[in-house]
Amino acid sequence: MRSIRSCGEPMTMTKETLNGSATWQPVDGRLLDVRDLYVEFRTRDGVAKAINGASFTLDEGETLAILGESGSGKSVTAQAIMGILDTPPAFITGGEVRYCGTDLLKLPEPERRRVRGAEISMIFQDALSALNPVFPVGWQIAEMFRVHRGLNKSDSRAKAISLMERVKIPGAAQRVDAYPHQFSGGMRQRIMIAMAIALDPAVLIADEPTTALDVTVQAQIMQLLAELQAERKMGLILITHDLGVVADVADRINVMYAGRIVEQADVYELYRLPAHPYTKGLLDSIPRLDQKGQELSAIKGLPPNLTRIPPGCPFNPRCRYVRDVCRTGSPPPLREVVAGRLAACHFSEEVLSDE
Amino acid sequence: MSDVIMRAEGLVKHYPIKGGVLRRTVGHVRAVDGVSFDLHKGETLGIVGESGCGKSTLGRLLMRLEEPTGGRLTFDGVDVYAQRGGDMRRLRRDIQIVFQDPYTSLNPRKTVGDIVGEPYDIHPSAVGKGGKRARVQELLDQVGLNPEHINRYPHQFSGGQRQRIGIARGIALNPKVLICDEPVSALDVSVQAQVVNLLEKLQDELGLAYVFIAHDLAVVRHISDRVGVMYLGKVVELGDEEQIYQRPTHPYTQALLSAVPVPDPTSREHRDTIVLTGDVPSPANPPSGCRFHTRCWKAQEICSRVEPVLESHSDGLSTHVSACHFAEPRVVVPPAPDEG
Repeated sequence: MRSIRSCGEPMTMTKETLNGSATWQPVDGRLLDVRDLYVEFRTRDGVAKAINGASFTLDEGETLAILGESGSGKSVTAQAIMGILDTPPAFITGGEVRYCGTDLLKLPEPERRRVRGAEISMIFQDALSALNPVFPVGWQIAEMFRVHRGLNKSDSRAKAISLMERVKIPGAAQRVDAYPHQFSGGMRQRIMIAMAIALDPAVLIADEPTTALDVTVQAQIMQLLAELQAERKMGLILITHDLGVVADVADRINVMYAGRIVEQADVYELYRLPAHPYTKGLLDSIPRLDQKGQELSAIKGLPPNLTRIPPGCPFNPRCRYVRDVCRTGSPPPLREVVAGRLAACHFSEEVLSDE
Repeated sequence: MSDVIMRAEGLVKHYPIKGGVLRRTVGHVRAVDGVSFDLHKGETLGIVGESGCGKSTLGRLLMRLEEPTGGRLTFDGVDVYAQRGGDMRRLRRDIQIVFQDPYTSLNPRKTVGDIVGEPYDIHPSAVGKGGKRARVQELLDQVGLNPEHINRYPHQFSGGQRQRIGIARGIALNPKVLICDEPVSALDVSVQAQVVNLLEKLQDELGLAYVFIAHDLAVVRHISDRVGVMYLGKVVELGDEEQIYQRPTHPYTQALLSAVPVPDPTSREHRDTIVLTGDVPSPANPPSGCRFHTRCWKAQEICSRVEPVLESHSDGLSTHVSACHFAEPRVVVPPAPDEG
C-alpha cells in the first residue's frame, strides 16, 4: 500500500512543491505567530479545554521553550501548529497559526501537507513508537525525499545516508537498511532528527526530545540539535518539563499552566526572578545538583482537571498569593509586568519583589 | 559497626540468554556483577546510574525478589538468602519496597484499604490494637491522604497520590529498610517535591533506612547521605553525598554529573560538559578490563586489560572509594554561589 502511494504521488507533487517552497518568506525574521489559540477535546466525560487562548511568536534562529507539566497543553500546542491533531476528539475552536504571514488553519489540507515536514517539522518524544517498525530506517528517512521532492529510490537512499552521517550515526552506510529495533534509544532519536531536518525546515518542534533518554545521551542529542540549529538557522520550539534543559538552551520561555501561557520572558530574566507564582513555585520545588539544600518547597495540590478548570485564575487553589479577586471572574490576562516580560497574574509585582 | 543494618557482599545476578532450537543457554546478561556496600540505620543510600546499569535488579536482590547468582546479603547479622519459609516471611517485614510506576504497581480491582491493608493479611501479628481498618486509616493520614478515601480505587487518584498509596503500603509493617526504586521519576516536578518531602518526613518519624534508586542525580543528592554510582552492573564510586558531587574521582561519575543540565542559565558559560561518545555497552557482553574504557577519555592500554578494583583514592579533602586506574578529583559541578 505504502509503496504504491509514494510512487504515484511524487509526479504531481514535485512541481507544486518547488513552486510552493519559494513562497514562504519570513516577515521581518518572524516565522511563526500564534494568536489566541483555543483547542478543546470533546470526550464522553465532557469537554476538556486543552488550550485556552495561547499567543506567542517565533523568530528565525531563535529557541523558544514551552515549559509545563503533563496536561498543561504544551504538546497539544505543538500538534495544533503541525496540524496533526486527531479530529474528533480535538477541535481547534479559535485563533490563528500564522506561518510567514499565512494562517495555516485556513489552508486546505493538500497545501498544509506541503508545509508539514518541508517548512515545519517535528521530533517526538518516543522514537520507538514514532518510527515504523516494519521498514528500514533508511527507507523511512528517504521517504521524505521520495514523497516531497520526487527523488527516485537510489538518490533518496544516498540522501538518507548522508543525513544519517550528519546526525552522527556511526556506520551510516552499513546501517541504512537496519530496522528501528536494532538501534539504541539515542540512535533512534538521531534517526527521528534526521527525518525532521531532511527537507531543511525553517521551524523544528522538538516535543520532549530527550525525556526518555539517559543524561549522557541527552547531552549528546541536545548538542546535536544546537549544532543543526546554528547551521540551518532554524527556529526551534523546545517542549519540555525539564527546567534544566530549558536553562541550558532556550532564548525565551513560555510557561504553560492549564492551557494558558502564564508567563513569557527571556530565559535569564525568568530564572533570575520569576513573575508568576507558578513559575516561582516550580523553580523552588526542584532539587539542585550543586547544593544539598533543605526541605523542598513543594507546590501544594494538583494541576486542575481540564474538564473542570476552576473559575478565576486556574492556579488559584494552589497559589500562595491568592486573594478573593483570583477566585472569580475571568482569568487574569497576560500583561506586560516589566518591559519585555509578560505574566498572567494580578499580583506579579508582589511576586517580583518577593525574593 | 553495630549500626550497619544491611550489608551486601559481592552480590551477583546473571540472567541466562536462551538461544537456538533447543533453547540452550548461550550467554548471560550480567545485570549485577559484584556489588558490595553497607547500609547504616536511618541513613539514605542513593544508587544512581543510567538505564541498564543494574540498579533496579540490585533493588530486587535486596528484597530477595530475585535469587542471586552469587554473593551474600546480611540483614541485622542474619543471612537473608539462607532463610526459608516462615523465617523469610518474618524477615520481609523489615525490608519493604516502593516501586517506580504508581500506575501498574497497584491492583486496579482492589480498594486502597485492601492494598494498604494486604501486608496485615500476611502478617496478622503486625496489626496493632483497633484493628486493620483503623491502622490503614492512620497510615493514609500519615502519607497525606484523606483517611476517608479508604474505599476508593487507584484510578480515582492522581499519580502523586498513587505513589503515596504505594509508600503507605511500604511502611505498613514498620520496616527498618525501605527500598525505593525510582519512586518519583514518573511524577511531575511540582508533585515530585511533595513525595520527596514525604519520604524525608517519614524517615525522621520512623527512623527508616532508605536505599534510594534513581537516575535523577539532583533528586538523589537532595535525599541521600551516601551515594553509589553504578555502571554496567558494578559500583564504580561510592562515598558521601558531598564527596561524590563536589569531588568525584571516577571519570564516569564526572561525565554523568557534568551532563546534568543545571536549572540556571547563567551557568551556561562556565560549565564544561563532558559529552561521552556512544551508548552504554550491552551487559551481555561487557568490555574487558574496566567496563568504562570504551567511552573513557582517559583510557590507556592497562584499562582494557586489568579491571580496576574499588579502592580508596584521595579526592583532595578526604578519601573515598572508586574503581579507576587513573582516579583523580575534578570539580564538574560548580558549588552554588549562595550556599557555597
